[in-house]
Amino acid sequence: MLKLGFKSYIFKKSLWLFHFGGASCNNCDIEILDCLTPRYDVERFGMLLVGSVRHADVLLISGSINQKDKVRLLEIYKQAPKPILVVAIGACSCTGGIFAEGNVFAGPVDKIIPVDAYIPGCPPKPEAILAGIFKLLKKK
Amino acid sequence: MKFDYMSKPTIIPIGPYHPLQAEPELFKLYCDGEIVKDVKWETGYNHRGIEKLSESKTFDQVFFLVERICGICSTSHPFAFANCMEEIVNVEIPDRAKYIRSIIGELERIHSHLLWAGLAGHFLGYNTVFMWVWKYREPVLDLFEIITGNRNSYAMFKIGGVRRDIPNNLVPTIQKNLDALKHKLDLLIGVVMDDPVIHARTKGVGVLTKQDIINFAAVGPTARASGVAIDVRQDDPYAAYPLVNWKVITAEEGDVFAKIAVRLLEMHESVSIIEQCLEGLKKEKEGDIEVKVKNVPEGMGTGRAEAPRGEVFHFVTTDGGYSPVRHKVRAPSYTNISTFKKSCVGQTISDATISLAAVDPCYCCTERMAMVYDYYNKKPILSGKDMIKLSQQKTEELKKKL
Repeated sequence: MLKLGFKSYIFKKSLWLFHFGGASCNNCDIEILDCLTPRYDVERFGMLLVGSVRHADVLLISGSINQKDKVRLLEIYKQAPKPILVVAIGACSCTGGIFAEGNVFAGPVDKIIPVDAYIPGCPPKPEAILAGIFKLLKKK
Repeated sequence: MKFDYMSKPTIIPIGPYHPLQAEPELFKLYCDGEIVKDVKWETGYNHRGIEKLSESKTFDQVFFLVERICGICSTSHPFAFANCMEEIVNVEIPDRAKYIRSIIGELERIHSHLLWAGLAGHFLGYNTVFMWVWKYREPVLDLFEIITGNRNSYAMFKIGGVRRDIPNNLVPTIQKNLDALKHKLDLLIGVVMDDPVIHARTKGVGVLTKQDIINFAAVGPTARASGVAIDVRQDDPYAAYPLVNWKVITAEEGDVFAKIAVRLLEMHESVSIIEQCLEGLKKEKEGDIEVKVKNVPEGMGTGRAEAPRGEVFHFVTTDGGYSPVRHKVRAPSYTNISTFKKSCVGQTISDATISLAAVDPCYCCTERMAMVYDYYNKKPILSGKDMIKLSQQKTEELKKKL
């Protein structure tokens, strides 16, 4: 019998994704949606965008986080079943990007919740998003 | 006293993080039974303080900032800002730059309308339309990648011209992709316009009359679908739009179906504009894409551009320095969203969704102004009015100093 760790068992196949769009410009959001559509089609790997974080294995975060979003992000992270993989997509969620100097900016995502993978780019191409998630899966 | 449950309105919140929406925003639908009685919109989840940030950036950097107001209309904002700055500097850009600007603007309109058509299909429960249309959107993004180097956020604009040229040997490739796209558009229009289910779901739903449009000051395809023929490209021509032949698409009905029709037919107009611009490019000398602008004088300027959703308006004050002193942005969704009060009220909840989606609301464009909240007890300490008062006080103080 194969001895697998709990985490590698959980994240073995058919990841369900939940997408949290912070104060973003929408570019990363539409690129995430693009991953689901025929050209990239992540659904063939069993990945599915779900409506509630309670059903999700992966939490995708795009956009910079402002004061108002920060409360909601913490709330959503609390609701998520653990263990959960958190992926910061795009320059804004990785570092704050161009909005880091803004007056409502509440820190990059990793200052608020633990982040497992960063996918930089403005916006990252769908290929980059897929590559990032698979690299994360291999590591686990 | 017995509590009357029947007459108490039920509040159905949509958002702020709802599977229906790509962006965070909160709609509260006040319902009586299944009929929507009132809509309230709460926002601020997307506020980034862009106008303030703009004051700390140089004019060249502001282009990259305004591009990131909205990812879907990421050319309209730099377009309006460029028009605005060129009014202040008083410079006429070369024809080749005008054509390139218009090509990028129209390609963006096609990709935005396709994106919307897909999402509308998704809202109606037609996931096939969603997948199908987004597949056809990919060649447009490929064109963007060929021309500008990025799928979204193109960084093409600068004061006095554009940053990159479209070499003439690239024109046949673009033309080939456009031909393929035209064929796909014909298929799509045929299917959507003749589908009896789409007719049943969208005809007579979310009707906005001509008077409503004028009352709410709605712009873009929302206005054009109700018979108000406003289009900045025609009313206040900029870039290459006066140099090419095209017409403003309008419809009279004002319902969701009319909005679908206007958007789908507009894409054909856009393709025709791009083709004429490509012809124009061949006549102009390669590499003649910008006028060097050495410094920006003191002054005020306004710039407008027709985004896929309507008119984008930028206002900039300069003082002869390197960055704007004041930068005001008004995006089309700001006025279009207010029409929800008319289009959703009296509908069933299921029709409210498509009525909400029909104006193609874009929240990242809209969020310019916010209230100041006390972070700990969540009570507003400054409202919009107070902020205006504060800003007036600041003006008074500045007046005294100068």
